Amino acid sequence: MGQETSRNEPAWVSEERSSGTVTLRTGGPWVINHAPHLFERLARLSISGEEPIVVDLSRIDRLDTAGAWLLYRTVRDLRAEGLDVEYAGGTEEQMGLIEQAAANDAICLIEPPHPNVLIRALEDMGAAVVRVGSQVRASLGFIGLLVETLGHAVTRPSRFRLTATVHQMEVVGLNALPIVGLISFLIGIVIAYQGAYQLRLFGAEIFTVNLVVTAVLREFGILLSAIIIAGRSGSAFTAEIGSMKMHEEIDAMDTLAISPMETLVVPRVVALFIMMPLLTFYSDIVGLLGGAAIGWLSLDITPQQFLERTHEVIWGWDLGVGIVKAPIFGVLIALIGCYEGLSVEGSAESVGQRTTKSVVESIFMIIVLDAFFAIFFTSIGI
Amino acid sequence: MDYAKDDESIAISIRGLEVGFGGDSPILEDLDLDVRRGEVLGVVGGSGTGKSVLMRTIIGLNKAQAGEVWAFGEDFLTLSFTEQRRVERRWGVLFQEGALFTALTVAQNVQVPMREHIEGMPQELMDELASMKLSMVGLPPEAAPKYPSELSGGMKKRAGIARAIALDPEILFLDEPTAGLDPIGAAAFDELIARLHAALGLTVVMITHDLDSLNAICDRIAVLADKRVALVGTMDDMLQSDHPWIREYFHGPRSRAAGVGQR
Repeated sequence: MGQETSRNEPAWVSEERSSGTVTLRTGGPWVINHAPHLFERLARLSISGEEPIVVDLSRIDRLDTAGAWLLYRTVRDLRAEGLDVEYAGGTEEQMGLIEQAAANDAICLIEPPHPNVLIRALEDMGAAVVRVGSQVRASLGFIGLLVETLGHAVTRPSRFRLTATVHQMEVVGLNALPIVGLISFLIGIVIAYQGAYQLRLFGAEIFTVNLVVTAVLREFGILLSAIIIAGRSGSAFTAEIGSMKMHEEIDAMDTLAISPMETLVVPRVVALFIMMPLLTFYSDIVGLLGGAAIGWLSLDITPQQFLERTHEVIWGWDLGVGIVKAPIFGVLIALIGCYEGLSVEGSAESVGQRTTKSVVESIFMIIVLDAFFAIFFTSIGI
Repeated sequence: MDYAKDDESIAISIRGLEVGFGGDSPILEDLDLDVRRGEVLGVVGGSGTGKSVLMRTIIGLNKAQAGEVWAFGEDFLTLSFTEQRRVERRWGVLFQEGALFTALTVAQNVQVPMREHIEGMPQELMDELASMKLSMVGLPPEAAPKYPSELSGGMKKRAGIARAIALDPEILFLDEPTAGLDPIGAAAFDELIARLHAALGLTVVMITHDLDSLNAICDRIAVLADKRVALVGTMDDMLQSDHPWIREYFHGPRSRAAGVGQR
């Protein structure tokens, strides 16, 4: 590709008509940088008539495949019109490149063809229905398998992976304490502050305590911990198991007659089953502390008053309503996380998609279930 | 000093290169290497000797602790970011797995460098050039509108080469181009590299473990051992060397199977 020429000198092409032949003179660097300009210039060539054409390459100082392609396609189109076209003055190297261009003249599709919008919509809809159907079946199968494995663990406790479970408990529970605590504390503050602002209008600031206690114990403690754990641990389950699946570790386990259910899923499910209520209780307490802090700092409710008031308003089931949901949500998060992880196929992309899906599904299910619980508890009067 | 940097026949000249990753001892130390214009240079070495690190350092993906990499008459490592961009356009790189952009079709992958670097490139011309490059690397037209995930390993590598040569580079870097291909695919790939080398006048630097490739298409071979280039030369030079690793490599059972000794 030869010598370095000045970057600013453009490639050029010009027509010359003399004594029965047309000469197409070309020169300068015919390289890809100048291709847009040459492309446009060549499209404006006004060659017509019957005279034979000579393409003079002698003043081209650099040629690359893009330039060769431009020369070739021009000549090809002229020849297609029945004109007699010859190259002249090209070096062996340049003619070689033009030959390469000619040999590789095969225009192909750049993108797959797009089908009709309507057909595509119907196709997508059908595929979605089939997907949901098979997903329901697969997840029922997954739950069945889990129950069976848990049964085994109960009848033969030696099969239960205690170390793995304790490790998971540390990862999902203990390590989550700072973030769960911080968020709960802040939410406690927010509820107390916003509540007090409204209640002040009635001169009923002391009822802020009622608000904080009910809201935190019944809903916020459990919802916040569940959502944080879904984002923190549900995603981690999917990503861990998914990348194991991607690297054929799960297949290796199968061939070694080690059940991934027993080694990977059960410890995670059990860990969340145990840790979720504990985290919820912790979140409840820290949330109340947040409320108490704001009461003390800006509402003139001393911690002692707050505590006494809490004693008065707390009602047998307030704490229970929150905590009772915790193990259910915990198992749900673990199930979705592990199921999505095991559904990973092949590519790294799939791990990312499944992780997103796992978090979105968990949070969605948590909130839906929580709504059902709210209706249920109201209707049985607790 | 008599650096080969001003020599027209040298494409890349490396002097005193040192690369390490913060450990006690560097991976490459005081490494010298010249890549001649228009040659196919094979880089071999045992696992972990830093072949890939060397390539990644030359193309600016790894930082060097010391040394110079002269490319096209400039010390690449001391250039500013924009100047490096300009030099980078003059070489193409094929990564081991092709490193195609998964969100784009094969043809769109080839068009990426044109779209990014050539201002005002008409779509029609880009489509034609992409088709030509794909045909040059021996991909059937049906492969062009497919996504990388639908291609086999060998096809991905071919598409990777098509993207690497999209802007007609002067130097082509190949990281283990035949790894993971079956012998027939590997032989076809060797042939492709030789054909592109001849047709486009490319300088090729290829990292390889493949004795067949070394034998078939490399003009010279550089052996990495003990953190530097232990020997550069032709296959005959390799066979005559008494460096223990080189002896073992080129006289081992697999090299006999590849017919190395019988040239």
